[in-house]
Amino acid sequence: MPEQGLGSIFLNACLINNFVLAYFLGLCPFLGVSNRLETATRMGAAVSFVMLVASVCAFGIERVLVAIDAPYLRLISFIVVIASTVQLVEMFIRKTSPTLFRSLGIFLPLITTNCAILGLALFQTNKGYSFSQSIAYALGAGAGFTLALVLMAGLREKLDLAPVPDPVRGTALALVLAGILSMAFMGFAGLGV
Amino acid sequence: MNTEDFWKGLWRENPIFVQVLGMCPALAVSNTARNALAMGLATLFVLVASNAAVALLRNFVPKQVRIATYILVIATFVTIVDYTIQAISLELHRALGAFISLIVVNCLILGRAEAFASRNSIGRSVLDGAGMGLGFTLALLSLGAVREILGSGSLFGVALFHADFQPWVIMLLPSGGFFTLAAWLMLFGRWRAPDA
Repeated sequence: MPEQGLGSIFLNACLINNFVLAYFLGLCPFLGVSNRLETATRMGAAVSFVMLVASVCAFGIERVLVAIDAPYLRLISFIVVIASTVQLVEMFIRKTSPTLFRSLGIFLPLITTNCAILGLALFQTNKGYSFSQSIAYALGAGAGFTLALVLMAGLREKLDLAPVPDPVRGTALALVLAGILSMAFMGFAGLGV
Repeated sequence: MNTEDFWKGLWRENPIFVQVLGMCPALAVSNTARNALAMGLATLFVLVASNAAVALLRNFVPKQVRIATYILVIATFVTIVDYTIQAISLELHRALGAFISLIVVNCLILGRAEAFASRNSIGRSVLDGAGMGLGFTLALLSLGAVREILGSGSLFGVALFHADFQPWVIMLLPSGGFFTLAAWLMLFGRWRAPDA
């Protein structure tokens, strides 16, 4: 594959191939945590951080797996590393900021089963990114996830006040919103990076 | 043997339409009916196998490490499925891409392991897994069929319309997936809602 600049990898992961709106990764927190703007921002930050750590770890593991010729262990080792990273982050936040810990609550352990993180680790491996490219990719994906989550939360806060027929309220309406957002993000494909 | 364990997954507690679990793969690979069916069957297998394994292990696993154990069990079965699909049809494997591996983090599977298989016998857990898996497959098919019929004018690759049919490209794009699922949810929401 041609050598891609770090900036274009970042923009690509953040806007053009946004993880939530183009790859459908991380939909559960996207729909579950996007009720309030404040929680959405914090969740975005936590996920971005775990993404960065997971990306660095995945890069290291892939090197080891290639060295010992055991690619079939990839999936299992990735998920174990992600789960332990999330556990570490959880312990760290609990020690340093109990307030943040309480406000994130159940969502923190749930980051383990956030497909965006495992997806990031798998995609960067499939694309054969170098170390710095992986970091740019992880930063872009994290920024894109946060952006989508915050946009969605802002829209949903407004929608709470709108008169909506009963069967549509809730998930169905959130999905329509996500569809429209996704159409808007398709416009970024014209950036051509 | 209680058949209710099986039937509830099909309709009353359907994973996609009622519980809204496991949507990432549901939306990502449902652009054709064939991909949707393959994804549904792969998930069905993993769900039944992991439910059985978790039910077998339920009395031996310490409570603190249970989630990690479940994830390891699931990841093992997903690796098996991944390599099996690769062996059967390389083309299908390319079409589904990383989403086969991502079955590991399908919240539906971990959810059933934690909520059902960890406290019920093997027989009931297998039935539960089969019902949920089948419900998931049906839901995926109904998404994939709508998107393929409108987006490419065909079903399972068989053309349905005249050559001058203008396909709705939007249905194949990500936003089409969101809209189709939203439409199904609204339809079922209307159906379930008591007459107002």
